[in-house]
Amino acid sequence: MLKYFVPLGAFLLLVALLAVGLKLDPREVPSPFIGKPAPAIEAVQLDAAAGTFSSTSLKGKVWLLNVWASWCGECQREHPVLTELVQGQNLTAVGLNYKDAASDANRWLAQFGNPFTSIVADPQGKVGLDWGVYGTPETFIIDQQGIIRYKHIGPMSQKAVTEKILPLLAELRNGGKP
Amino acid sequence: MIPEIGHFALIMALVVSVVLTVLPLLGATFSNERWVALAKPAARMQLLFMLLAYGCLTYAFITFDFSVRYVASTSHSSLPLLYRISGVWGAHEGSLLLWALILSLWMGAVTVFSRSIPRVMLARVLGVMGFVAVGFLLFLLVTSNPFERLIPAPADGRSLNPLLQDPGLAIHPPMLYMGYVGFSVAFAFAVAAMLGGKLDAAWTRWVRPWTNIAWMFLTLGIALGSWWAYYELGWGGWWFWDPVENASLMPWLVGTALIHSLAVSEKRGAFKAWTVLLAVFAFSLSLLGTFLVRSGVLTSVHAFASDPGRGLFILLFLATVVGLSLTLYAFRADRFKSDVSFQLFSRETGLLLNNVILVVMTATVLLGTLYPLVLDALGVGKLSVGPPYFNSVMVPLGIPLVIVMGLGVLLRWKRDSISRLGTDLALLVIIAVGVGLLFSLLLHYDWEGYDWEGMAAIGLIMAVWIAVTTLFWVWKQKRTASVWGAALAHAGMAIMIIGISLTSLYSSEKDIRLSAGQQYQLAGYDFQFQGVKKVSDVSYDAYQGIVDISRNGQPVSHLEPQKRVYRVQTMPMTEAGIDAGLFRDLFVALGEPLEGDAWSLRVYHKPFIRWIWLGAILMAVGGILAAGDRRYRLKVEGRSHA
Repeated sequence: MLKYFVPLGAFLLLVALLAVGLKLDPREVPSPFIGKPAPAIEAVQLDAAAGTFSSTSLKGKVWLLNVWASWCGECQREHPVLTELVQGQNLTAVGLNYKDAASDANRWLAQFGNPFTSIVADPQGKVGLDWGVYGTPETFIIDQQGIIRYKHIGPMSQKAVTEKILPLLAELRNGGKP
Repeated sequence: MIPEIGHFALIMALVVSVVLTVLPLLGATFSNERWVALAKPAARMQLLFMLLAYGCLTYAFITFDFSVRYVASTSHSSLPLLYRISGVWGAHEGSLLLWALILSLWMGAVTVFSRSIPRVMLARVLGVMGFVAVGFLLFLLVTSNPFERLIPAPADGRSLNPLLQDPGLAIHPPMLYMGYVGFSVAFAFAVAAMLGGKLDAAWTRWVRPWTNIAWMFLTLGIALGSWWAYYELGWGGWWFWDPVENASLMPWLVGTALIHSLAVSEKRGAFKAWTVLLAVFAFSLSLLGTFLVRSGVLTSVHAFASDPGRGLFILLFLATVVGLSLTLYAFRADRFKSDVSFQLFSRETGLLLNNVILVVMTATVLLGTLYPLVLDALGVGKLSVGPPYFNSVMVPLGIPLVIVMGLGVLLRWKRDSISRLGTDLALLVIIAVGVGLLFSLLLHYDWEGYDWEGMAAIGLIMAVWIAVTTLFWVWKQKRTASVWGAALAHAGMAIMIIGISLTSLYSSEKDIRLSAGQQYQLAGYDFQFQGVKKVSDVSYDAYQGIVDISRNGQPVSHLEPQKRVYRVQTMPMTEAGIDAGLFRDLFVALGEPLEGDAWSLRVYHKPFIRWIWLGAILMAVGGILAAGDRRYRLKVEGRSHA
């Protein structure tokens, strides 16, 4: 008799597991880059007239790197959240225009607005490779010492901003104390 | 106005489903004939409301009604009619509506082909299916209403995901859903049998054709998905062990086990409790697949919109449906104890082994699919289980399965002996090994000059083993439709094994950089790159490469692979150029532009890949043929209570 309860028991275990799984975020992938010095960027900018961008110029500042492309629909969805974060926090934001054509990228910025302080052009994805970029969009936050403190894969939600990014920014600006 | 009618029809369908669940099931328990008699008309009325709702959404799509949020997010004024019709199931809400509609269609089919089924049994079957419908309609109306308005209406829609703008993919989801949802019939019969506490040979004869047809649709649906991934994703592969693919493979494996276990239940009255359990599992795994795809607990190339709120709903529903059925099973299964015996060396044992191996395979796939989730839930870390895991466990399970497959058809029911089979068996083994080896050597010396691989020889021996045992079986049998069906399905498996072994072992691929005029040789074929031109279509702009393929100076093919950018969604898509053949495919995907007029290209040579899908088609034909066997249509002597 008891053996007929085995399938039910196994199934209940499975349900419990799935219920826990629902609370987790599969997009939250720990990056080996977190806590490590940010890879240096020396690359041309999207605005060719602005010359070369160098990440050493941001030493001592808290800044954000956002990987995006005009062909990426999720970036478009993320854009209002990103813009509000950057403007609301008066944050230095560097865009990494990933595997994109300059003309498309400029048209996209003209249409949706440009929240970035500077934009690095990465048509071959070489900078992305250094940073371990999986896809677009991805967002990194780098502290005053040039250490990567946070990485977000996929579009940032308002929830991720209020729960993760804003407290982190406050902590960093407070000299590392929460 | 039309979308509101659709919304109303959906609500009415829910109301009718509630009636369909409550009254017939109560009527069956308390012998209320009038409530029992309600089942058939209620199921048909539910189908009518679902058709109306579905028709309204399709109408909104065809007429570009962007004031409906779902239409605005999945359609666009530039979409051709075909993709406006298939666009209805192009995203979450609509594909759920399609799921619910197909469930109603299956219910409608049950009401039509139910003459031989006692009324009480029919009431229970329809009641259980009605219960499933209640769950899905609630899910639709509460979390994913496809008729929700978007005021003010946008000027144009966000368009259909370009990956889905493809004829192969337009019919893939309906096929797959016909299979998934089709298992609800076997499931409903199983629950009805448990409620009634009785399961006889007549029951298995009602269930078998339904199971076969559902299995046929699922087979075709999976094969279509695999074929689509092959030519559309541009990776040149045909199976990726993606969670969503696994979600469709698991019900298929259990469904295959169920078909075989039903055979034992019908012929010998054995394995009854097991058969019921498999019927419950086949549909539960279909529901689990829906949960995995729709809740976003796992990441997958099938990047559907997902939402944990919806996930929670499906999980609760899954827990209710499966939990209740398994509780019922726990209390009723001992009534289905078999009173027949069989000896170790018999067809029953063969089919038992078949079932055990298929279920172990399912468990393996389930484990691999959920393993990342388990680790994550335990807080151990993030990890993904890729093809290496699945390949290394599925091949060792597949080989004994194939051996049993051939042996099983040779064995007699109840009791058999080595001495009876002796000479035939030895002869068949010798033929299989000899012919298999011969083919593998031919591939090496005479034909394509592939390296001789032990695994290729094993694959070919396995395939020939299935083929010769099947032929031998058909030859010795009274050849009914069932026998032909089973033989075709087994032959399909043989063909698929050839395709899988040879494609996996002998495919070659190369990423190359070519300027216009340059050429590259792969597997004896010369790929000459003629450059790239720009082309445009209604919904996309594309770079189109031109590649001429020749062999020993003789022209073989001319391919035009494209790299498309769909205007509305600005999403790049690779459209591979494929020269298909029975013995090999040549496949060229256009990569990125490099400096000058050079491009990166990816070229493949894929021997025997078509055999994989050809095998699946044969299996599906076998399934439908067996479902049409005369004995399923004979009216069983009238008993009104089962």
